[in-house]
Amino acid sequence: MNKVLTHKDVLDHLHSNATIGIGGWGARRKPMSLVREICQSDIKDLTVVSYGGPDVGLLCAHKKVKKLIFGFVSLDVIPLEAHFRQARQNKEIEVMELDEGMLQWGLRSAAMNLPFLPTRVGFGTDVLTHNPELKFVTSPYKDKESFIAMPAIKLDVALLHVNKSDEKGNTHIIGPDPFFDDLFARAAEKTFVSSEELLSTEELGGKDGAIFNRFERSLVTGVVHSPCGAHPTSCSPSYGFDIQHLKEYSDSAKSFNDYADKYMNKSHQDYIESVGGTEVIMKIPLPQF
Amino acid sequence: MSDSISLAEICISQASKAWQDDGEILATGIGLIPRIAAGLAKLTHNPDLMMTDGETYLISEPAPMGKRDPSVDQVEGYMSYSRVFENLWGGKRHAMVTPTQIDSFGQTNISVIGNYDSPKIQLLGVRGFPGNSINHKNSIFIPNHSKKTFVDGEVDMVSGMGYKNKELSNGIFEIKRVITNLGVFDFNGKNNCMQLLSLHPNVSVDDVITNTGFEVAIQSDSITSMPSKEELVLIREVLDPQGIRNTIFGE
Repeated sequence: MNKVLTHKDVLDHLHSNATIGIGGWGARRKPMSLVREICQSDIKDLTVVSYGGPDVGLLCAHKKVKKLIFGFVSLDVIPLEAHFRQARQNKEIEVMELDEGMLQWGLRSAAMNLPFLPTRVGFGTDVLTHNPELKFVTSPYKDKESFIAMPAIKLDVALLHVNKSDEKGNTHIIGPDPFFDDLFARAAEKTFVSSEELLSTEELGGKDGAIFNRFERSLVTGVVHSPCGAHPTSCSPSYGFDIQHLKEYSDSAKSFNDYADKYMNKSHQDYIESVGGTEVIMKIPLPQF
Repeated sequence: MSDSISLAEICISQASKAWQDDGEILATGIGLIPRIAAGLAKLTHNPDLMMTDGETYLISEPAPMGKRDPSVDQVEGYMSYSRVFENLWGGKRHAMVTPTQIDSFGQTNISVIGNYDSPKIQLLGVRGFPGNSINHKNSIFIPNHSKKTFVDGEVDMVSGMGYKNKELSNGIFEIKRVITNLGVFDFNGKNNCMQLLSLHPNVSVDDVITNTGFEVAIQSDSITSMPSKEELVLIREVLDPQGIRNTIFGE
């Protein structure tokens, strides 16, 4: 069994109008090399599901997003995401704006092959006003309480970035927080992971490593070897987010061409060279709060 | 360091009292002043509070502001985002946040300014506000008390629910305390209206009224009590030795 693919190979599994989920959280462990590959393709009109960071912004800047299903978009150190903000203020994208917890509830529902999961979250807010498709359900038990029936968020494709993988798709997320990557994988028809390291199964470390295996390999369709593939987002414990690059990226919202000329339409290897090379990235300290 | 007590220190001391009677729950202070305040609460009147390192671990002592050596943190538990949702849906948390807008119902907004379909300013998105507000107590810190923040009518996009929908939260909804650069407030006025509890030094009732877009009840116009010596030592030497708090009001 060998699931190893190139960045370009992953595009064969994507199509315009697809619904894609992107793992990570804000400016943390985003599969940015795969996102850049999409930006460089002719795929468009995507529905994007994300705990959003520069993944969402970069796709917006390349006019790839038809609809965004989200709870926030932020670069962490730079709270507001300039490209997303611009797309939204220019009315370029549709949105389904949800509470962060509702978003994982929708993914979990899809992951568990349920049509919905009940929640109180959203009541009393304009999340309901602006998502009239959300319906309600009443408890069949004696409490008879009414809930929002958060619908399953089914994904055509999930894109995730992990620390380690073997060629069978056994993956390890070593960073202390796996975020909701496991739910993205389960909610998707196909999951593609980019991985910092591509190792033999033995090198994954057997029992000692297995706790980092956050979802099983049967969920993984393809593995792309992508050292520093999360740049400019962080990939704990290897490197932090590249604040200087995030600033340059953020400032480029006004005129994106300069940023695009410098960093886009490149192979992953050339991109990494353009931002200083793997050695420099691996030295970026982890953020501290 | 000057011996005079700064506005930031007054706000931290007052904000810390929000967690006073909470017992063993997760305290989350988002932003500079709320975070130092949560730490102060843990080091003074509520040592049982749980607190994270700002990322994934629960630590025994509040993490000081600014650069530190994280290897000195005594990690005592784990709090991934997934677990945060499990915790907060169970109600065992009290957060202090800084919304962009708040209205007379205690509804809050961090999503958009202006018309939702054609936003004048896109902000963060609702984040966890709907879930936080319906599941557990929240407090608010506002560094720039004005009609832009305390708005007339309703907030532009209700991200956190308010008192007018309290029954939908099974009675859980509560804004415990509101600390601003002008004074200390809660929502325990008649029909849960916002009421003034105390004024910071050199602030008048009129300042509060003219800078609030809705009616504020005046429960008391006394002057906010100053932080104790113990609190000042903890703020200045333990929680924020680099004085990062002074940036919030340019002190």
